[in-house]
Amino acid sequence: MAVERPSVERRTAGAMPVPQGGAAAAESELTSYGADVTGFDDPEPEDERPLAQRQVALIDLLDRLLTGGAVLTGDLVLSIADVDLVHINLRAVIKSVTGDEPAPW
Amino acid sequence: MTSVPDPAMPSPAVPGPAAQAEPDASMSYVYAVGRDERALRNAAAERPGGVALRVVTAHGLTALVADVPAGQFDERGLRAQLGDLDRLEAVARRHHDVVASAWEHTTVLPMRLATVYFDDERAAGMLQEREEEFTSMLDWLTGQVEWGVKLYLDVRAARDTQPAPRPGTSSGRAYLQARRAARRGAAEAHGAAEDAARRISQEAASWASASAAHRPQQGDLATGPGENIVNWAFLVPAEHGERFRRAVQDAAGVVPGVRLEITGPWAPYSFATPDDSGRIQGGP
Repeated sequence: MAVERPSVERRTAGAMPVPQGGAAAAESELTSYGADVTGFDDPEPEDERPLAQRQVALIDLLDRLLTGGAVLTGDLVLSIADVDLVHINLRAVIKSVTGDEPAPW
Repeated sequence: MTSVPDPAMPSPAVPGPAAQAEPDASMSYVYAVGRDERALRNAAAERPGGVALRVVTAHGLTALVADVPAGQFDERGLRAQLGDLDRLEAVARRHHDVVASAWEHTTVLPMRLATVYFDDERAAGMLQEREEEFTSMLDWLTGQVEWGVKLYLDVRAARDTQPAPRPGTSSGRAYLQARRAARRGAAEAHGAAEDAARRISQEAASWASASAAHRPQQGDLATGPGENIVNWAFLVPAEHGERFRRAVQDAAGVVPGVRLEITGPWAPYSFATPDDSGRIQGGP
């Protein structure tokens, strides 16, 4: 389904102030990756472990590690940087991971 | 610990795809780059993910680095590792453990998975070469975290909320009515989901400083009921995390068949990449 959204890709919101003070402010939250799930009448059974102990879903991780992160001209990284390698080998498994999507705003 | 104070070396040439290293040798896998050397030394000492980390410093930047066997991370080794889901998962989770742990200590720029240099000198050369760009990105990312926002649509769940055909209708007519209702129901469910996505996009903009979209998740790893129709990432000032989450939840509302999933906070993986034009994505 194509969700229509404003076409501006990956930009900063001009009005948002960037806070100072380092990542220390974020520290308290940084170990939780669990999902908040709302909607559907019969949701998945609740994971009762504390957030910090829940494992990140591999697919969410691959979204970020295969298309995010700073891409460098590492000595051997080029074969990875364009993701084609992984894309080809694991197409059936993670075919969702590559490709550009317009940002929500 | 290896510290390379001033690697006066030329830009590393990028070897062709056939690049191979001595299989028994070690190479330098770079996980993340930050500015606070002491914080990163502390992160390294915790051995996140069981990884024996060290720091490489140059030009005010510090990289978290580990030795990896050249045979597993040269062209052929990577192909084998990343072509096998279990091995890919191991590499990915290790990478994430290190990045997440570093992020708890200080702002870091996460590297793309499997960013590997022949040795620490080459890694230091990279720091020297990218000093300006990394510094400006670290400035921008300081105090911000990434949240994932996904929407799923389960058309059948939405349809179950439609009224049943009136009793006493003939079976053929009831069938046609049901078919029409199902089509209408599916279209309405999609429309309602798109509306929810639009509301989320608008509300998120009040709290987030940047946004990025990943491709909707499909395939064997995409589990859970419904089709993933929105897979977004937002960069949010850390102190606005709760308000951001609440705003997104409120904007999503309760729509039959639509499920919202929020993940995070993440280190800002989705905001550490340059965009297509070569400019830093969303940079100041």
